[in-house]
Amino acid sequence: MPGPDVDVMGGSGRPSSPPTLAPAPAKPWRGSVRAYRAYPWFAASVLGALVVCAVFAPWLSAQSPTDGDITMKLIPPIWMERGTSEHPLGTDRFGRDVLSRIIHGSRISLLVSLIAIVVAGSIGTTVGLIAGYRGGITDTLLMRLTDIGLSLPTILIAVVIVAVSEPSFRNVILVIALLLWPRFARQVRGETLAVKEQDFVALAVVAGRSSTWIITRHIFPNVIPTLLVISTLQVGYVVLLEGTLSFLGVGVPPPNPAWGLMIADGRGFLATAWWISLFPGLAMLLTVLAVNLMGDWLRDHLDPKLRQAGARV
Amino acid sequence: MTRYLAGRLAQTVLSMLVVISIVFVLTRLSGNPVDLLLDANATEQDHAILMHHLGLDRPMPVQYLIYVKNIALGDFGNSVLTRRPVTEHIWERLPATAELGFVAMALSVLIGVPLGMYSAVHRGSPLDSGARIFAVLGQSMPPFWLGLMLILLFGVLLGVLPAGGRGGIQHIILPAFTLGYFTSAAILRLTRSAMLEVLGSDYIKFARLKGLHEQIVLWKHGLKNALLPVVTFAVMLFVQFLFLGGAVVTETVFAWPGLGRLILESITTRDYPIVQAGVLVLSALYLTGNLFVDVLYSYLNPRIRRAGA
Repeated sequence: MPGPDVDVMGGSGRPSSPPTLAPAPAKPWRGSVRAYRAYPWFAASVLGALVVCAVFAPWLSAQSPTDGDITMKLIPPIWMERGTSEHPLGTDRFGRDVLSRIIHGSRISLLVSLIAIVVAGSIGTTVGLIAGYRGGITDTLLMRLTDIGLSLPTILIAVVIVAVSEPSFRNVILVIALLLWPRFARQVRGETLAVKEQDFVALAVVAGRSSTWIITRHIFPNVIPTLLVISTLQVGYVVLLEGTLSFLGVGVPPPNPAWGLMIADGRGFLATAWWISLFPGLAMLLTVLAVNLMGDWLRDHLDPKLRQAGARV
Repeated sequence: MTRYLAGRLAQTVLSMLVVISIVFVLTRLSGNPVDLLLDANATEQDHAILMHHLGLDRPMPVQYLIYVKNIALGDFGNSVLTRRPVTEHIWERLPATAELGFVAMALSVLIGVPLGMYSAVHRGSPLDSGARIFAVLGQSMPPFWLGLMLILLFGVLLGVLPAGGRGGIQHIILPAFTLGYFTSAAILRLTRSAMLEVLGSDYIKFARLKGLHEQIVLWKHGLKNALLPVVTFAVMLFVQFLFLGGAVVTETVFAWPGLGRLILESITTRDYPIVQAGVLVLSALYLTGNLFVDVLYSYLNPRIRRAGA
């Protein structure tokens, strides 16, 4: 059942707004429509495994993720010569167990994504709700701010932040949230514009409810499905972003077992100890892949209106 | 159209000012540079003299205006390390970044467009499924990891391509592919859907009815009409990806002597003037690139042109 024809990219009612160059996003592969509609078992199992890893990391990993035995350094994976069952995926240059670090790394990826998305989502939702409901000059100003926010070269700003301070969890989350909130603001504003026109809002106005009441009690609940979908679609992006920042040395500080840091650690050992970089990268690839597939599926099922809004950077 | 252009231009300038302001605030927050420049024996008076000399004793708003003025004049100061003007360093590194950017972009179009066309024409074929996997992977793969794995495969194991540095054609293949893969995946998806749409149109049916050769129908009538969104989108994506951080990442992985690598090296050596200038230059390129694409897009797309009139 198609919803009302809403321009979810936030262009409606603002003819002079810049084109949101979102290309007519690629339609799902028609040849595999059934595969697309089917429940994404692969994605769901990968994500399930990931959450289990993150929650039970200390019990799942036999070794410490940060303390290594230097006499056991650069041990190859179990199936290679010299490999031991103690370190199934080998050890790094400090003798730290690669598998344990990957398992603990899932905590970092998920935690950073979760906090960054909650922060960005709260800011973006507030801005979007107010802009959409108030309209007029408030809307124009807030959306201009959003456009500027969207146009900032965030990785570069992250680089400066770290150049003048030190890499820290707080900075990573701050930078990612700074990049992310405008995406939420845009979508939520579009949705608000649609919900605002419905009868129950008009009734609430007639009943004399305050704007705050209407926004929080009547409009916000109707925006939640959209929020859920956008949030899921952003997780993969955030994981990649955090990985990139950590890899560049401007993200999560060592010796934390962030996947990006582990990949960077293995750079100097590609010829001799490739496993240090390969496995954390695979973990990241699988995670992002699973989240993206799950997000696509959610978008198709929860919120048909969002189908056109699949543009990701 | 003019109103739209003016608005878009104003927004770009505003965004640049925001970036400049963020950089300004961050550098001022980082502590007094005088402490870094003077040694421990310096007296209170030395501090005051140097502060005055650097203009640090003036009120913040004045410092900010001077800062913006210098940037507008293209004066970024001197490198702390080499004492040479920062602009010289930047100019030295810019060609390498541009070279990598152009090759990567060409590569992503050369991969994305034909694959997308083929997969649209042969919908449901094994190659179509292959193309889908290629595209989905491209959007989920960490680029820095892809770069390292390519080095591992082609540089270390097979030994056919160099693992880093700038030189002949063989040096640019791996970094260009690393940088272009993400974009080529997106171009593939877009070409495919645009082609499918065009192929279902009446004029294509008519061209076929006329008995035109299938290849002419596909390449001349089909691709020509599907290409416009693809090209604008490709340029946009590319500008974003390259200047948003793609340059920094790829150049770091492949020891490519471009601007991105210069910035990262300068962080290690604490050469802040270079970091600042490099970030501002890349940001400016990113913002103008976006502006250029938006203008191009609105020019090519009559609906937007009218809306702004």
